[in-house]
Amino acid sequence: MIAIDNIDRALLRELQNNGSAKASELGRIVGLSQSAAWRRIKRLQDAKVINGKRVVLDAVKLGFSVTVFLGIKLAAKGRVSLEDFERAVSAIPEVQLVQHVLGMYDYRLKVVATDLSDFERVLRRRIMTLPGVGDVEANVLLSEEKRNFVI
Amino acid sequence: MHKINKFEKIMQDIDVIDIKILKMMQADALLSVADIAEKVGVGSASCWRRIGRMEKSGIIKDQVAIIDPKALGLEVEVSLRITLDKTQTDAFDRFIEAARKVKEVNEIQTFLGRVDVRLNILARDMSHYQEIYRSQILLLPHIADIEALMLISNVMSKDGVPL
Repeated sequence: MIAIDNIDRALLRELQNNGSAKASELGRIVGLSQSAAWRRIKRLQDAKVINGKRVVLDAVKLGFSVTVFLGIKLAAKGRVSLEDFERAVSAIPEVQLVQHVLGMYDYRLKVVATDLSDFERVLRRRIMTLPGVGDVEANVLLSEEKRNFVI
Repeated sequence: MHKINKFEKIMQDIDVIDIKILKMMQADALLSVADIAEKVGVGSASCWRRIGRMEKSGIIKDQVAIIDPKALGLEVEVSLRITLDKTQTDAFDRFIEAARKVKEVNEIQTFLGRVDVRLNILARDMSHYQEIYRSQILLLPHIADIEALMLISNVMSKDGVPL
């Protein structure tokens, strides 16, 4: 873990909103020269604080109007290999997030589908047939707010 | 078969080449427009125009930097799944308004299902998490039940659209 100051925090906040901002723009916002901003960004990249870039697409505009989060409990722990389950679940195209968690469920999945019947198809044919799946809970996403976490 | 049907309703706005471009960008956001154009098999200028059009129509919402909370010392990530007391008519609004004020909350989602709201909490360590939980989360209004899932690992996080 590297030490960061308030200027680094300001840079990270900007980059969380606009990952393609140029060093000159970022410098202007936080009050640095282009080269000083660039050096700081480079340092944050080298320390893996900034770990690449991601394009955010509008799922609804692309025809994917249903997002469902699933909680999955494995039925036969010890008998099913976690690696096998993880590999199989990660290969399902509609599954966009797989988290191994501790608590009431063993895994948290995000499933993106065109509509509810498309979701039902994924659930029945792909998820329920995975090795070792036990209890499954589904919650349909209604709204979502993400916020900067650099504080 | 299914793949083809799936895009029928949006085909008026975008075509197969646009979908290919979006797939490339999702797989690797660092690709240059020239790289994408070459891989998709269109001219650079046409690729620019297509991306520009999709940005304008909002299909491409944003390009964001991926920031690793662990590298900043935020080692603990917990999903709090909350059921609200719905006998209070304004429970959702009041709860969410108060939850926004907790700065360690970086995601607020609402659901149709057994869980009403999910808050994602980032904390330095377990004692920091406990402090947030006791002195801020438990004070939020209209909570009927809370259940926590602690993140062990992100097995896969494409977190995009299955094009």
